[in-house]
Amino acid sequence: MQLESMYQEIILDHYRNPHHQGLREPFDAQVHHVNPVCGDEVTMRVTLKDVDGEPVVEDVSYDALGCSISQASASVLSDLVIGKPVTEAMRVSQAFLELMQSRGEAEPDEGLLEDAAAFAGVSKYPARIKCALLGWMAWKDATARALEAGPRGGHGR
Amino acid sequence: MTVKAAHLDVDAIRADFPALARTVRNGNPLIYLDSGATSQKPVQVLDAERSFYELHNAAAHRGTHLLGEEATDAYEGARAKVAAFINAAPDEVVFTKNATEAINLVAYAMSNATVTGGPGRFRVLPGDEILITEMEHHANLVPWQQLCERTGATLRWLGVTPDGRLSRQDVDNIDSLITRRTKIVAVTHQSNVTGTIPPVTEIARAAHDKGALVLVDAAQSVPHQPVDVAALGVDFLAFSGHKMLGPYGIGVLFGRAGLLEEMPPFLTGGSMIEMVRMEGSTFLPPPQRFEPGVPPVAEAAGLAAAVHYLSRLGMGNVAAHEESLTAHALDALREIYGVRILGPDTTKDRGGAVAFEVDGVHPHDVGQVLDELGIAVRTGHHCAWPLHRALGVQASTRATFYVYNTHAEVDALADGIRYAQRFFGARQ
Repeated sequence: MQLESMYQEIILDHYRNPHHQGLREPFDAQVHHVNPVCGDEVTMRVTLKDVDGEPVVEDVSYDALGCSISQASASVLSDLVIGKPVTEAMRVSQAFLELMQSRGEAEPDEGLLEDAAAFAGVSKYPARIKCALLGWMAWKDATARALEAGPRGGHGR
Repeated sequence: MTVKAAHLDVDAIRADFPALARTVRNGNPLIYLDSGATSQKPVQVLDAERSFYELHNAAAHRGTHLLGEEATDAYEGARAKVAAFINAAPDEVVFTKNATEAINLVAYAMSNATVTGGPGRFRVLPGDEILITEMEHHANLVPWQQLCERTGATLRWLGVTPDGRLSRQDVDNIDSLITRRTKIVAVTHQSNVTGTIPPVTEIARAAHDKGALVLVDAAQSVPHQPVDVAALGVDFLAFSGHKMLGPYGIGVLFGRAGLLEEMPPFLTGGSMIEMVRMEGSTFLPPPQRFEPGVPPVAEAAGLAAAVHYLSRLGMGNVAAHEESLTAHALDALREIYGVRILGPDTTKDRGGAVAFEVDGVHPHDVGQVLDELGIAVRTGHHCAWPLHRALGVQASTRATFYVYNTHAEVDALADGIRYAQRFFGARQ
């Protein structure tokens, strides 16, 4: 069965016990993304902080309604980006996107991707790639808006 | 237990469908339970389309040569066959691309009539109303929303009960929901999610009492049950060839003769004109008025072959076969702890679409497991997002049945759902 290659234990763990779930304040930007084909949706908030003039991800909070792949991906993403400078987090995001587009051919960089490497099997199922990317697209969008919003003075402060 | 004679010889039917001989994931034979999305095609339909291209291909309605005559005969012959299938006159059958285009045709004819000063009954003015239901497929929802935006009319809708039927209260009070300002009532003949069959004839009568037009989305009914447009008493009816064993690219708008006559065209160009000058043009009578461009004769030939195939089976037999499968599916799924069926619990006024939720397993994941077992279902909102919200559901898994499905396949579906539950619940 190919199922286990996609539904790795790590993914199912994140699905059953999602990390950083829930919508928290304060936040700098909030977005709502949807997968129109299936109705998966995610509301995501991003909070940034300044460390020596560089934006760093302070918090990612979210409310995700969807399949195990999309929910687990949001959980994994929150683990990966929180505490990282935005530029570094964007590199991780790009690496994940490339992994998803690899049709099962690529070897994931486990050092960079950590738990996200477990999603490698998803790239063999084109219908599920958007599920894995939903949270990441939302995070990139929210982060871009948070950066635009300027110096930390967002919502709920 | 008495063994009932089968309504259809499913083994013989399956032999006509090349796709059903396929193996899919893990060497499993294909169990195709997604005919609600599109149906598989029998060789008779494929042969009809192919043979048209090989032997009779030319542009219909033009030219003075033999092939042109044969193509014209094939096209008009298909029109007559389709008309007879739904008990309409040939002139009342407009070929479109699909049901979605057919519905858009009526909506745009109405806004065009509004802008160019057409007959009053088609004009839609600010404050006018359009009545639909909450269970509509997006094809019979979004075009009406858009018509309201174009004209300033108000969209109203009949609600859906938790068991997926039209609210009985709304139907009983339909005389107050349809007003003198209601221009058109658009309703599905069979929900593509819950299988619900609304009381269309009752609704049509109430609409006509107030002078409103009635359009029925028959995409899920014409393929699956006998449909008689005269008996239904409707003004417009739309369906798609590809959901009834026919090819993609061809659909039908039935329009009562007197009505089509009054309607301005939707898509314009060649084939539908009477006279063209630089200063202006006039248009042909219906149905040609609504068929621009070179006619899709090969597709029409395919649809005619599909109609012939279904007529030979007998639509009463088709409906009975599906009712038997649906009843079996409802029984089998009801037995599974943690499975909630959306829509009516019995086959009364309910066709062969069974959508369901599985506790703790998202539809995508259910569908993925079923796919591994060779079972093709649909997951998501099935182009009926408001219906899902009304039923309190984010998304669902849907199995739909047709002439080539068997009771063994229903059992396989139930087994597959149990397997999905174990797969996702198993690792603690």
